[in-house]
Amino acid sequence: MKKITLFIILFLIWMAFSFNLETANILSGVFAALLTTLIFSSRFLTSWKKFYNPVRYFWLIIYIIIFVWECIKANFDVAYRVLSPRMPIKPGIVKVHSSLKTEIAKVILANSITMTPGTITVDIIDSDLYVHWIYVKSDDPAYYTKKIIGRFETLLKRIFE
Amino acid sequence: MNSISIILYIVGAAFDIFGCVGLLRLPDVYNRLQSATKSVTLGTCSILLGLFIQFGFSATGIKALIAIPLLFFTSTVAAHALIRGAYKAGVDLSDRTVVDHYKEQNK
Amino acid sequence: MIDILLYILMGLSFLCFLRVILGPSVADRMVAIDIFGILVVGICVFLAIKTDRLFLIDVAIAWILISFIGTLSLAKYLTRKKLDE
Repeated sequence: MKKITLFIILFLIWMAFSFNLETANILSGVFAALLTTLIFSSRFLTSWKKFYNPVRYFWLIIYIIIFVWECIKANFDVAYRVLSPRMPIKPGIVKVHSSLKTEIAKVILANSITMTPGTITVDIIDSDLYVHWIYVKSDDPAYYTKKIIGRFETLLKRIFE
Repeated sequence: MNSISIILYIVGAAFDIFGCVGLLRLPDVYNRLQSATKSVTLGTCSILLGLFIQFGFSATGIKALIAIPLLFFTSTVAAHALIRGAYKAGVDLSDRTVVDHYKEQNK
Repeated sequence: MIDILLYILMGLSFLCFLRVILGPSVADRMVAIDIFGILVVGICVFLAIKTDRLFLIDVAIAWILISFIGTLSLAKYLTRKKLDE
């Protein structure tokens, strides 16, 4: 079941990239997707039952909307810091504790932190994230944990766990 | 329809300009990476979205649409790798830095 | 219109090379090269529209993947480890 799911996803990506319906094209797509599935199927989709749960996709759509909004805000924030003559920056690396368990959720959280205003993930060690912050507003751990990952963590828990 | 994509192209080029100005102005490598990754990635994504709106659901449009998540994930992962490599290589943080919790991990 | 945007992006890639020349450390130069790699995607898109050769979008996608692998290996060089660690 896991292999079939991976095969279908890979084949759809191939069809979208090549975008024609000749027989030779479809056959080479099937061959390439089959080869990739046989080699890499042990590494992807470790829990395919979660993959077919429609509730997760609903939260994923909400997550993407929030994420795009944060992303646009991030860019205006950075533009303001770069263009203003005094350059209001106060950089620092802070340690944030996350309660997410699975690897994929942590990776998506780190990627989201990188694209949101003024923060970029430096490293993940166990469940601590080290985040470079362009303007450290306060030294209180509870405050900056809420500020940096509070928006995403609950949604990611609903999507991936 | 075409005017929307022209607006998206202009917005994308403007974000690229902000990112490159940040690359030249900010004081150290970590801050430069902050400004450059975010602004330039979103600017290029906006240009690709404009291409999708201009061509619709044809071969070119679909390819532009697929390139957006591809660009997103590759640029963020490259930023992680670069900032971690810079820290491990011992590049100094600028003198305006206030806290550094990562130092304790790297003794 | 597209001409002006194309010239703007080309000028920005010269700014990236300015950072490559100025950059005090190796990491600064690598960041500039990475950003240049993303700017090339935009240049490819505008060239494809201007000259009406749409295969340049495929070039852009291949460029995204290759510049990603290049940046990863450069970052690996920064941490002074071997490639399989």
